[in-house]
Amino acid sequence: MSVSETSGRAGRADWLRDALPKLVLSPSFALVLIFVYGFIVFTFYLSFTDSRILPSFGLVGWQNYTRLFSLRAWDIAVKNVLIFGSLYILICCVLGLALAILLDQKIRAEGFIRTIYLYPMALSFIVTGTAWKWFLDPGIGLEAVVRSWGWTSFEFDWIKSSDMAIYTIVIAAVWQTSGFVMAMFLAGLRGIDNEVMKAAQIDGASNWALYRRIVIPQLRPAFMSAFVVLAHMAIKSYDLIIALTGGGPGTATELPATFMYSYTFTRNQMGIGAASATIMLMAIAAIMVPYLWSELREKK
Amino acid sequence: MATAAATTNAGAGSAQVIRTGAGSRYVIYTLLILFCLYYLLPLYVMVVNSLKPLSEIQAGGMMALPDALTFAPWASAWSSAQVGVEATGLRPYFLNSILMVVPAVAISTVLGALNGYVLTKWRFRGDTIVFGLLLFGCFIPFQMVLIPMARMLGLMGIAGTVPGLVFVHLVYGIGFSTLYFRNYYQQFPTELVRAAMIDGAGFFTIFRRIMLPSSGPIAVVCIIWQFTNIWNDFLFGASFSDFDSQPMTVALNNLVQSSTGVKEYNVHFAGAIMAALPTLFVYIVAGRFFVRGLMAGSVKG
Repeated sequence: MSVSETSGRAGRADWLRDALPKLVLSPSFALVLIFVYGFIVFTFYLSFTDSRILPSFGLVGWQNYTRLFSLRAWDIAVKNVLIFGSLYILICCVLGLALAILLDQKIRAEGFIRTIYLYPMALSFIVTGTAWKWFLDPGIGLEAVVRSWGWTSFEFDWIKSSDMAIYTIVIAAVWQTSGFVMAMFLAGLRGIDNEVMKAAQIDGASNWALYRRIVIPQLRPAFMSAFVVLAHMAIKSYDLIIALTGGGPGTATELPATFMYSYTFTRNQMGIGAASATIMLMAIAAIMVPYLWSELREKK
Repeated sequence: MATAAATTNAGAGSAQVIRTGAGSRYVIYTLLILFCLYYLLPLYVMVVNSLKPLSEIQAGGMMALPDALTFAPWASAWSSAQVGVEATGLRPYFLNSILMVVPAVAISTVLGALNGYVLTKWRFRGDTIVFGLLLFGCFIPFQMVLIPMARMLGLMGIAGTVPGLVFVHLVYGIGFSTLYFRNYYQQFPTELVRAAMIDGAGFFTIFRRIMLPSSGPIAVVCIIWQFTNIWNDFLFGASFSDFDSQPMTVALNNLVQSSTGVKEYNVHFAGAIMAALPTLFVYIVAGRFFVRGLMAGSVKG
């Protein structure tokens, strides 16, 4: 119901008063329509054209998509985002939940500890990447440090290995976001109805059973939010790769986001770049649309 | 609004029920402290090694405190290090980032406040669809807009400039700022707005006199969120800036990745901390609001 229906003076002033809110909203809406949805349509269209270094408008049907899916580099990027995404989501959730439960035991200096767990979220990956590069570099990082402590056969050179490098990305990404997931679960824990727990406790249930049977099932909404946020971050990951490996060794740590960038802007295969961006959008939409839909409907 | 800062209220929360013995409390505190070290380690490495001469780093022992404390890496990173082709240090790029962040945050926050006000207090047919479209715009992969945006900035005559970056961040910041203000204004009593309207107050008078005075907390959340996001952005900065309009993140990446000569780790770390300081400062001063911003972007308001 519009609030403006309460008074009824006729005429132009009335029209203006009715239209004013929409007029105020319209510049933002227009910007988003053009720069989000217009651009999505444009890029989608480009994915069916023979664009190379510059956009061109000769249609080539599904050719870019068939070429995209036959490219080994894209294959690697997709596999990587699946490995990276699933490990990243899984470890962040497990670690986040564990830390939230530990921190929820009436801990002294809880606020201080929470601040430490969360600060990586405030930093750019380009910043923390400098420290991670050191840590992962066998010449001066963890490997060198552990060897200098006397364990001379210690090996940690994942970042140099095409099979293992993707896991170093997981390590760094988990460090960056797990504190945030902890905060989400902690908020969930604070909202739990504890009557059932009290009853179960009187019946002699152990702490472990209380968490497993009563608390964790009640955290479903927090799990949902964490999954959506993490999945969406995994698909969009870009600075992470640039800062840590630049996609290497070789193309071992390329993700769709870096693939799109290099095919579009350095290899001048804009049609294929646009096709890969379209696939990324589809993947994100498949996750975000149902989530936003249910959130908006619930709020009514 | 669900926030990690929420205090435990008497009626709910799992911690009210769970009892832990002294032994397990010892384990819990040990684990919590170990994780503190885990999260602090990269920052420690950055700070400690930014204060060492390079020879000390090359000699190994990056975990050790500096033997010969020096601020030379900081001076070099700020004003004389080689960033790309020129030896300007990071100073000009720090200024670029400030010039980019301030207008982009200010304008997107004001627009978000007005949009939130319209979407909750002046509702119209289809307003949920409008909001949904604004909201989905926050989450699209920006790879989908890079190609047309590069062209559009060219057409607008602001390609490769700081104003161009301001524009890009402004456009893609509107969705989140609208989300924050809409969720916040939804809790605001509509009766007050209605009463003011009967007294003859207009659209902007109500906004200025009734909505704005109580918008402090959400404005802080929104400003912090936008500031952190825009300051830390790399993709847009790398795509749409020229050499002299690069933001801090892009310049730092150039500094760190430059392959010429010896890798000056101490200078890289000093530069990294410089790029981190503004957002770190905001986080430490207003951490409560920062967390609330993060949560509002993920958990419903």
